[in-house]
Amino acid sequence: MSQSTSTMGNEKINTSRRKFLKTAVTLAGATIGYTWLKSTQVLLFAAEPKDESQPWYGIIIDIQKCIGCGNCAKACKNENDVPREPFFFRTWVEQYTVKNDGTVNIVSPNGGIDGFTQAVPDEEIFKSYFVPKMCNHCSKSPCTQVCPVGATFETPDGVVLIDEKYCIGCRYCVQACPYGCRFIHPVKKVANKCTLCYHRLKKDLAPACMETCPTGARMYGNLRDRNSDFVKYLKEHTTQVLRPHLNTGSKLYYNALSGEVR
Amino acid sequence: MEPHYQHLYDILAHAQGYIFPNEIDLQWGILIVVYPFITGLVAGAFILASLERVFKVKILKPTYQIALLTALSFLLVATMPLISHLSQPQRAYEIMITPHSSSAMAIFGFVYLWYLAVVLLLEIWFDYRHSMVVWSNEKKGIMRYVYKVLTLGVSDITPRTLKWDRKLGYIITVVGIPSAFILHGYVGFIFGSLKANPWWSSPLIPIIFLFSAMVSGIALVMLVYMIVSFIRKKSIDLNVLDSIGKYLFFVLILDFTLESLDQIHRIYEAEESFEIIKLLVSGKLYLTLFVAQGLIGTIIPLITLVFLQFYKHKIRLQKTMYFVVSILVLIGVYSMRWNVVIGGQLFSKSFSGFTSFKVGLIGLDGTLMAIFWLLLPIGILTFLLWLLPPWKMVKEEE
Amino acid sequence: MKFYIPPQIPRLALAFAIFISLFLLARHFLVPDTFGEFGHYRGAALTDNAKPEIHYSGQQACFKCHQNIEDKKSQDVHSDIHCETCHGPGQKHVISSKVEDILKPSGREFCGSCHLINAGKLKSTINQIDLNKHNVGKNCIECHNPHQPWEMKK
Repeated sequence: MSQSTSTMGNEKINTSRRKFLKTAVTLAGATIGYTWLKSTQVLLFAAEPKDESQPWYGIIIDIQKCIGCGNCAKACKNENDVPREPFFFRTWVEQYTVKNDGTVNIVSPNGGIDGFTQAVPDEEIFKSYFVPKMCNHCSKSPCTQVCPVGATFETPDGVVLIDEKYCIGCRYCVQACPYGCRFIHPVKKVANKCTLCYHRLKKDLAPACMETCPTGARMYGNLRDRNSDFVKYLKEHTTQVLRPHLNTGSKLYYNALSGEVR
Repeated sequence: MEPHYQHLYDILAHAQGYIFPNEIDLQWGILIVVYPFITGLVAGAFILASLERVFKVKILKPTYQIALLTALSFLLVATMPLISHLSQPQRAYEIMITPHSSSAMAIFGFVYLWYLAVVLLLEIWFDYRHSMVVWSNEKKGIMRYVYKVLTLGVSDITPRTLKWDRKLGYIITVVGIPSAFILHGYVGFIFGSLKANPWWSSPLIPIIFLFSAMVSGIALVMLVYMIVSFIRKKSIDLNVLDSIGKYLFFVLILDFTLESLDQIHRIYEAEESFEIIKLLVSGKLYLTLFVAQGLIGTIIPLITLVFLQFYKHKIRLQKTMYFVVSILVLIGVYSMRWNVVIGGQLFSKSFSGFTSFKVGLIGLDGTLMAIFWLLLPIGILTFLLWLLPPWKMVKEEE
Repeated sequence: MKFYIPPQIPRLALAFAIFISLFLLARHFLVPDTFGEFGHYRGAALTDNAKPEIHYSGQQACFKCHQNIEDKKSQDVHSDIHCETCHGPGQKHVISSKVEDILKPSGREFCGSCHLINAGKLKSTINQIDLNKHNVGKNCIECHNPHQPWEMKK
């Protein structure tokens, strides 16, 4: 084996190779360092700032006042870009009929938009009531927890929103919501749900469903304002949230919620 | 009417009881059944290969490379069912650049890359490097360069360096075992951590997924070994089959025990979701759970495997029975994935009704797509067995 | 004494280093600018969500022109019902003032959407009628002024 010549040749090659490696590593190190800075910036801001100057929105629904007219569900579809087909609802109304034999009948024809007709005769009814449903804008939101990319989030003012430009449509959030209030928009092909009419809140207007409720069964307000009528209502009434054992931090408080409701 | 809505009106007509209006359509369809099935095969095949390397189960040596290449073939395809099921697949890269640390799904990208690059590719590289260097010298034409590139230019085949191939390969295999557990276990965690769904929410689900993954991987390696030997017109070593069969039996028993424990616990506690789940299991899931997963996928294979441990007469019959068992087991594990994924979405979160599931044939999330993703690994495996034939490898002196 | 590094390691380390650098470089260009401002999401999404046009104006906008209706309505049982509850989204009409841009609902079924008798409605919350029995064939607004329902027209 031509040891000496190949060793000599190797040494020469090794020097230039060593130089190349040095430059490459320096460049790589600089790139890594710079981009790492950007990545830590993202990570550092993962904790939510507790801005006391902003409101913290909550919702109250009074079961006793709901008459199942469906105006809320209709107004919501008018206000927001939701298809009219009976499959996608940001908010809907259910009617519970507890019969004398103990069975519970639940219906929500077209989300309640066209109103309800009584299907069970009076004699068989033990009690009956309407329950409007909508996004609970949870403070420990399970849908936010599971989104893999950060396309759904809780705003500093307590509204859970969706970033339609960032959602990848994996549907994990739809699975994670215990209240069934999320869906995939058939045209936009991203997740969609009640936004508490965020675009209206920012103009000091009430959400469309609350604007059009004839009996005032739906209310929204600032949970931070202890002197508001909203918080006073919570103090004076017995309110409950849905699925309390799941600890979602739901901010939708129902007055007069009966035990059959899921 | 748009075809999408027609499909929904059909489902609405078949819905039973009360479902929340948004629950009409299943969110995760057949592709999400296929994905855990594929990663389960990867994890299971890898674990079987590791048995040979780490625990020195010599009898499994003929299946070592086959198991690794099978795992790689399926792993390369594993991401595809996920991407093709997204409704915005072009944004799939976002999971890699802004992963949400609280989401189990977000770790997918990194676990996948880790397992692919650091575990599987490296282990195969360390194992094949010697042979690839030899092939790069022997072959002519473009293949010469292909093998050269594959060796990453490390053409040193002195005994000292070869020893390091084996040492480093061993370390990678040891690291690979928990990595395989994470690769498939996190999928189980995705389901098991969803408190909103009582069919899924359970600490046992990741473990059950893992054990059924091992079952499916072992069965797959057995099947591939038999098919490859048959195609190459080489005789199938019955001792290898008996050995794999024993591992399959034990893991299948463990898997069955865990699944039964999950159900018994659910039946005993009978908490609020139990009524609807009872209806689900005895109704819509009856065929896929009791018949496909239980009888065909578990009981019959278990009985056959026990039988095969004692029956040692007609060799041809024994081999045929192993062949059938491996297929039945794979059907059973696939049904298990179906029962978990589809079953969990058939009942409403109101616990008062059911929707129905109509599998579409065409489209990015249809049956044809699912079949394609399941068959593509076979094509890749054929290619890999041609590129890196285990039987043409340089024989190492021990 | 020279520390022996097997030749595989530096080569593999280089391969991984290149790959990771490329990844971080791509990431630098792909992560949206406002990401992380307020939390793990795109900060601009807040303004995106505030962008959509409103369709319901709120009844104060109606009262700017329809003062007489406001006076009537405030004196009767429909006082707490906002205009757009019955008349539909009014923003288009607020801007154009055209009659065709707002709803003028009528018909028994329309009033029935609230007033139809149903066991789920509390009688203390709303008066209810059986549409099959109460003045069948007549339109509700033939007798009831919708803005002052108890001011009977006949």
